[in-house]
Amino acid sequence: MKESGTWEPKIVAFLCNWCSYAGADLAGISRIQYPPTIRIIRVPCSGRIDPLFILASLQKGADGVLVSGCHPGECHYLTGNYSARRKFALLKGLLEYVGLEEDRVQFSWVSASEGARFAKVVEKVTARITALGPAKQLVKNVPGGSFDVAAHS
Amino acid sequence: MSQLTHEIREAARKLLRNKQAQLVIGFEEGSLPLRGRPCFIRKEEDVDRLVWTSFSDINVARYLAKRKEKVALVAKGCDSRALVELIKENQVSRDQVIIIGVPCEGMIDRPRIEAEVGHKAIVEVEETENRLTLKGRDFEKAFDRREFLYERCKACDHRNPVLYDVLVGQLVEEKVRESFPDVEAFTALDREKRWAYLAEETGKCIRCYACRNACPLCYCPECFVDTSQPQWVGKSTGLSDTLVFHLVRAFHLAGRCVACGACEQACPMGVDIRKLNRKLVKDVKDLFNYEAGVSLDEASPLATFCATDPDQFTVNP
Repeated sequence: MKESGTWEPKIVAFLCNWCSYAGADLAGISRIQYPPTIRIIRVPCSGRIDPLFILASLQKGADGVLVSGCHPGECHYLTGNYSARRKFALLKGLLEYVGLEEDRVQFSWVSASEGARFAKVVEKVTARITALGPAKQLVKNVPGGSFDVAAHS
Repeated sequence: MSQLTHEIREAARKLLRNKQAQLVIGFEEGSLPLRGRPCFIRKEEDVDRLVWTSFSDINVARYLAKRKEKVALVAKGCDSRALVELIKENQVSRDQVIIIGVPCEGMIDRPRIEAEVGHKAIVEVEETENRLTLKGRDFEKAFDRREFLYERCKACDHRNPVLYDVLVGQLVEEKVRESFPDVEAFTALDREKRWAYLAEETGKCIRCYACRNACPLCYCPECFVDTSQPQWVGKSTGLSDTLVFHLVRAFHLAGRCVACGACEQACPMGVDIRKLNRKLVKDVKDLFNYEAGVSLDEASPLATFCATDPDQFTVNP
């Protein structure tokens, strides 16, 4: 449970249907505890992730974004995550280059059998984003919206 | 008349006369001094409009997509590299273009040279070898053209066309492969400074999309900035929307940008657009060892992958 008065980040997690989403599910049915900071969006494959999804999340007030897919070599569609990995490597470098806080956007690989790993990934990602505090850089303030930043401060 | 102009005209004349090409795309004199204008020649008698000056600067590969006829393209180094990417992406067929290759000695940065004469009206320009003489109503000033090249031209390491059917003039000596001192210097700055710089630069943007329209490799029938359902990027000129526009524009050119600088030149607000593109050119080279527009056989970096691609950026608990 969240203690009253302490700030907790809102993290958008894009999880691939075949591995990471199932990994999250396994963490759930195994009753593994992890911070309730993520808002999961299920996607068919990590290859489906367009950099725009990530940037749009940050614009709408997410404090961080986590993208997770199958381990390289284990993609349900054989090569989707290999293509995604190239895109992510470039995106990560570009976002860092423009001076966006480095840990706002993070990537990981979690398989369907790795419920414990999923929980650890979320813990680590949450810790890093909590350390950064509320996101300000790309946020477009939408008053009264579901991501109203005023509610954070 | 320069030797290159003469040779380009002769080559174009021959191609049109022998019906090898129905259209020649090159440059003609602009309506003002210091400006080259792309021109489209279909008749042999119009061939003498073609010229080659220090202002034949924009990327004419832009005009190739979706043409039905056989086209001859007057291409300098960067035009030919953009063309290589277009051929690879199946936007232009190699059989459909005849490339009149022109070795390029760099193009002149018009705003800079205009500032040099105090923005006075220039009536006439004379070019000889490396000398450029600007004449106005009450002044005449000569410059060494090599000192007024675009930054991108100074750094260019593909001045000769990489692909051509007809070559005019002599091949020029290529500079030693460039590293990326500008990208490295920027990376060395503090994060806040980098953010502040880009906030200031993108803050100038008026979202006119001239950069996209001038880019030879932006040919999507519907650009992400124009879609409305869903509307991915807001239309405002606020920092968030403009920066996201510039980031994604640059990202869409990752592994494809040939650093021709058409975007930056088209920008009416003087935004440092190449700043982002250069970073991606560097990363694509460092991570995937790929250089855009150099070879027809090498697969584009984001259309392929390797099992041993870098992975260190992922979270590993």
